[in-house]
Formats: sequence, structure tokens, C-alpha cells
Amino acid sequence: MAKSIQLYLHVHQPWRIREYTAFDTGADHNYFTAAPHSGTNNASILRKVANKSYLPTNRILLELLKKYPDFKLSISITGTFIEQCEQYMPELLDSFRELVQTGRVEVIGETYYHSLAFFYNRAEFDRQVALHAEKIQEIFGVTPTAFRNTELAYNNDLGKWADIHGYKAVLAEGWDKVLGWRSPNYVYQPTNSSTTRLLLKNYKLSDDVAFRFSNRGWSEYPLTVDKYVKWLDEADGDLVNLFIDYETFGEHQWADTGIFDFLKALPKAWLDKKGHKFMTITEAAESAEPADALDVPYTTTWADSERDLSAWLGNRMQQEASHYIYSLAPSVMATGDINIIGDWRRLTTSDHVYYMSTKYWNDGDVHAYFSPYKSPYDAFLVYMNVLRDLRYRIIENRQQNQQH
Amino acid sequence: MKLLMLGWELPPHNSGGLGVACFQMAKALADEGADIDFVLPYKADHSEADKFMNVISASDVPPAVDENGNYIAMGAYSGNCIWCGGDRKCRHARAYGKGFVAATHQYADKVENMVRHDNMQPSIIHAHDWLTMEAGVRAKSVTGSPLVVHVHATEFDRAGGHSGNPLIHDIEYFGMQAADRIFAVSQITKDIIVSNYGIPADKIEVVHNSIDPNELSHVSLETDNYLYIKKMQQLGYKIVVNIGRLTVQKGLSYLVEAAALAISKNPKLIFVISGSGELRDQLIELAADLGISDRVIFTGFIRGIRFRELYEIADMFVMPSISEPFGLTPLEAAYYDTAILLSKTCGVGEVLNNVLRFDYWDTRKLADQIVGVSLSPALHLSLVEGVKAEYLNCNWGDVARKLLGQYNRVIANHKRSRRSGHKKEVKSRG
Repeated sequence: MAKSIQLYLHVHQPWRIREYTAFDTGADHNYFTAAPHSGTNNASILRKVANKSYLPTNRILLELLKKYPDFKLSISITGTFIEQCEQYMPELLDSFRELVQTGRVEVIGETYYHSLAFFYNRAEFDRQVALHAEKIQEIFGVTPTAFRNTELAYNNDLGKWADIHGYKAVLAEGWDKVLGWRSPNYVYQPTNSSTTRLLLKNYKLSDDVAFRFSNRGWSEYPLTVDKYVKWLDEADGDLVNLFIDYETFGEHQWADTGIFDFLKALPKAWLDKKGHKFMTITEAAESAEPADALDVPYTTTWADSERDLSAWLGNRMQQEASHYIYSLAPSVMATGDINIIGDWRRLTTSDHVYYMSTKYWNDGDVHAYFSPYKSPYDAFLVYMNVLRDLRYRIIENRQQNQQH
Repeated sequence: MKLLMLGWELPPHNSGGLGVACFQMAKALADEGADIDFVLPYKADHSEADKFMNVISASDVPPAVDENGNYIAMGAYSGNCIWCGGDRKCRHARAYGKGFVAATHQYADKVENMVRHDNMQPSIIHAHDWLTMEAGVRAKSVTGSPLVVHVHATEFDRAGGHSGNPLIHDIEYFGMQAADRIFAVSQITKDIIVSNYGIPADKIEVVHNSIDPNELSHVSLETDNYLYIKKMQQLGYKIVVNIGRLTVQKGLSYLVEAAALAISKNPKLIFVISGSGELRDQLIELAADLGISDRVIFTGFIRGIRFRELYEIADMFVMPSISEPFGLTPLEAAYYDTAILLSKTCGVGEVLNNVLRFDYWDTRKLADQIVGVSLSPALHLSLVEGVKAEYLNCNWGDVARKLLGQYNRVIANHKRSRRSGHKKEVKSRG
């Protein structure tokens, strides 16, 4: 029986805010360029992650694409990541470009700023999606035909939105509470949509690689390619959607865990068996009629065991921060100042509120690992200081315009 | 008069008001002719203090510094560790021996050795707070000189309504018992000493702290500090300030709750909470819970020009302390033309009349006062002018003269009791 893997990798870096104090508010409008050795220096973080993850992974992927004509994958790259490449590491962007130029790497659309604007400001969401599409066209010469929302946040409204905007596919978490008895390994259709298809992450098989690969406490450790291919083969349905963070390779799972060897060996091991193939997201969406329409009335994401937005909007600090940033939108836009608007948009990146999460904060686990700040409270204070500075600039702008 | 003063900190290495009060008090005493040996538990440069007294270091340990590089001396206030909020057994405290209580024992050892070795004969020994009380008692037993203990805060105050550390209570009780006389920084503190430590009221003298009007100066507002706040002020916002440590004792959660109530009546209010401490995260969360994060600015610990300029831009200064034996900051704020709002449990309220008072727990009352002042220029002006006049009458010279009078009385009593004790001894032998 024919069976296809959809490997989809997500690439993102936020514009982290430097240690911005109450005394910077009004006095210094630089939010995103930290001192060279600071933990919030975006350039050094990008270089570090690039050397550990992006560059070696891209080398391997390019090799695999050259070696196996049937190997394909999909990627999504945020606008903030591309900006940082352009500013700090153009050669990194080239390495992604080489992948896309093979014609077998699909680029998925999303918000330019990796924001949760869909839930706060639909007009802004549309603009950020359009900005991303323009950027992808400029850098890679392609236009996305599939869409993923930030953190794979999905509900019926997003399915409908993707349908209206002509996307062939939209991505979501294959979460049991949504699927019920159904399998994530088929093409689905969002409820109330006509042409858009829904592709669902097989979280078990994805997370075997993304989270459990190097876990020595896991009963299946170590995960060999043969074992993994056997599991893929045994999975029901026509499709296995492996949706994984790019940084899994080399950053979340370090090189010494053998993750790169695993990646190198996987395509051949899979393709060796008859009927096995790889497809891009859009190809998969068009490969079969939908098995069913999926009703997702509430928002699901690919995060934490709750698969909801609680890591971003779970506490009052996060809700306050989101409320303030989005309530500034009309006055930000009214300035017409591209610097103010650009800075504001960078502040809509969901990572900023993620750093304020107090979920599991005391355990110092995955949330703390990804934060450059001492605590969620420090992250919040820094953000609020910046937000007030933005308001300061808006007021200055208004006063100047009144004078003229 | 030869004075042996035992202190825990002096500016610029101080963690708070204790060091400032000791410095000003000693300076005023020196101006009145006192010859002062001032013993500190750490070693540092004290060129300002050296000008009028003899500063002695009881150890070679440098003053402690917090994670932001601010001096915190030996953590004079810490019920809990200043760095990690933990108890006195944390790794920071260990750097100073085996915790803060142990550090006071070490200090006492050193003072006793020094007094004995140098054969010191002070006219009087003046020990500040529990940290130096054991040293004071031991110096008294070696020299035979009378001892005065000066209570700037009790463990009940530091615990903010809880009972605090029993070990420290014991030291305080022991020190107050052994002292010839006790100075309390306010009537509030005197009452606590009487009711919680069972000390007879007539053994305790209230000696209010003061301020030196020449110490403060206005700052130019042409700086880059607080630009946002100044901008909002131009737009009609009123600025409500508190400066202090973020600890339970200071009652800041009541201020944040009152802020939410006040903002619901007058949206043009901004609250600035300045300082560091273990309650910071809770206060941040509280402001978020109440939906006023945008209006509550946390500056962290500030010094120097930023410190003075914050007073300068403040329209109101609120001290909502659950327990504030004295409280120097409202006096400073008064200099900078700021309306003062004090909880009834602030000792400084005993020397200032042109202020608004509230029970620290009465957040509605506090909110009402904040809104009232913010909306009434006349009320604001009369509070500012009234308290400024009171401020100008303050001086440390009066305090020093009062202290000297007290010293003389203590010395006279001490001599009399020694003589009579001696006579009794002779009589019993006969």
C-alpha cells in the first residue's frame, strides 16, 4: 500500500528584547540590539543556533535531496528569522535558498512576525500574512499555498479563513480530543470549507524524534532508524505527518545524541520499501479526497500536554501584555511611522509572552530553557517598559504632527 | 564625652535607612563635641564619616553587594536573605559565617576583644538595633561603662505583622534588659517594646530621627530619567511614588490594591514603586491580576540622582507600611514639594502633621485620599506647603542635644548605682 511521509520543519527566531529598564523608557528606542555578551543578544544567539543546528541540518538536507530524487520536505521560515539572517548571517539564508531551489522543498505560509494576531486583530493578521508571503516571494521566488498559524494554533475560524484565502492546506495538531476515534494519518477538511484541506500532525511519531530521541529514561531508547521506520510503516492510513521544530536537529537534540545520523539515514531506510514516498504538504493535500470534515470549535496548538494557548495566555501578566500591545494598534498605525509600526510588530511575536509563562516555572523545564530572562517577571517588566516607550513615541509623533 | 557607637552599616554601603540615621546622628553628636568610635562589621572606605569620627572595622570582610552591584552592607534588615529571599542559612549568608545571627556573634567577639585589648573606657556605649546588641552587652561587661540600646526596628516590625524569628527576639530582649536605657525611634516603637518585650515604659526614651535640610538638593529635570513619566505628567497624569524595600513590612500590596481602586475613579494616575526585595514578583502579579500593570512602574533599586529625581517628579508620596518604626523617606519627600500619605503605623507621622493618614489595610480610604489629592490642586498645595514648613524645622542638632542630655542622665545614674552598690557591698561585709 502506498504511504507517504510529510516532513515539515519550522524555523523561527524572535527579536528578543534586551534588558530594557524603566530608565530606558522614553530615553532609548533601541529594543532589540543588546550588548555583545548579553544573554539577549540576537546576533550571537542566531550564530550559536546556526552553528549547532541550521547549518549542519541544511548541509545534510541538501545532500539528501541530491542523493534521493524522491526525498521531499516542507519548511516554514518566519519573517523575523529572515530579517536576522539578512542582518547577521546572509550565508545562512543562502543555505535555505539552496534547499528551496531543488524544487522539492515547499515553503509554508504563516505570519511574518510569528504572532497570535489571529486571535486579537484579524486585519493585522491579514497584513502579517501578506508581508510574509511577499518576503518569501522576494527571498525564495515562491508563493505559499499551504498555511500554518503560529504554534499550530487552529480552530474552525482559521480553517474558514484559509479556505477563503485560497490555501490548499492548513496545518494543525492531530489532537485526540479533536479527532476522537479518527486517525491523524488522512487528509481532512475543515468544517464549512470547500477547497482547503487539513493536515494533522502525528504527534506521537513527531515527538518520538523531537522530544524523546535522547531520553534515556524512555523505554524505547535508543531510537534506531530501523525501529522508527517500522513504526512509520505500521501506522494506519496513507499519510504520516511529521511536524517538527527545525532546532530539534542539533539544538534541542544535540549532535552527540546521534540525531544527525538519524536524519541522514531516514530517507533511504524509508524509500527502500516499495510504495513508500515523501510528499510536500500541498502535494499531500491534493493526493486524496478528505476522509472527513473536522470540527474544531476551540483553539488547539502543538504546545505542552494541554495543546492550548496556556503557555502564551495562561497567566494575567501574559493577558495584560497581549491586551496592551494589541490595544495600541490603532494609534501605532495612525503614526504612519514605519519604525514605530515595525517595532510594534516585532513586539507581537508570541515568544515575548511565552517568556512570561509561569507554567512549570518552578520546575525550570522547557519554558525556562527557552527564556533569555532571569524570570517570567523580569520578562514582563522588560516588555512593559518597552510598551510604554512605544506609547511615548506615539505621543511624540502626534505632538510633532500637531505642530506642523 | 567619649562614645563607643556600635553600628551595622554606614553610607555609602548601606542597605537602607539604618545606615543613614546612624551617620547623621553621629555627625550631629560630633558637632556637639562628642568623641566617637564607630565600629562596623565590615571593612570599607568611609572618607565622609572619617571626617568627624573614628570608624573602626571589626573584620576584613568587604560590604556585601547584591546582584545589581548595589551595596547592601551586611544585610542589616534581612529577616530573609536579600539575594535569594531564603532564610539566613543560604549560601550568601554563609559567606559571612554561619548566617546573620552568627555574624552578630562574630561581631560581638571582635568588639569584646577590641575593647579589652585597647583597654577602652568609653563614657557610654550606644548600640544600634539587635545586630549589635550582644556586642554592646559584652562591651559593657568588660568596660563597666553604661549601655544604651537604640531600637530602630524590632523583629515584630521586620516580620510585618507576623512574629518573626524567636532567636532574634531573644537577642533583642536580652539587649533591652541589659541596657541602662533604651532609645526608641517613635512612640509606636516604644509601645511595641513595652507590650511585646515587657520593658517598663520609663526605661524607654522616644528619640525621633530627623533630617538635615542641607543634605538634600533639587535636581534639574533636564535629565534623561523618567522621560515617559514626565511626558504623561504633561498630559495631566499625577504621579504616586513609593521608595523602599519590597518586603512584607512595607505594605505595598495595599498600595497596589488602592491603586486599582483609585484608577477606577481617576484614570490619570501612574504609580511608581521603587526598590528591590523578595515581594517584587508578587506585587507584579498583583498589579497584573488587577489589570493595572500599565500604570504601575517598577524601577528596581535606585540611588543618587535617579533617587532624588523620583522625589522631584512625584506628586504624592505614599508610605503604606504595616509597621514602620520611623521612616525617613517621607521626610525626604517633603523637601521635594510632595504631598505625603502615611499609614497610621508609620513613626514619622509623629513628627509630621500636614499629611494624610490611613490604616494600612484600608485600601478604600487610601484610594479616596489619592483621588482627592490628584483632583484638588488646593488640597495638594496646602499639604505640600504645610509639610515643607515642618520639614524646615527638622534638624539633627536638636536630636544630638537630646541624646547628650540622655547620656548625661544615664552616666549619672550609672555612677550613683555603682557607688550605692559599692556601699552595700561594704556594709554587707561589715
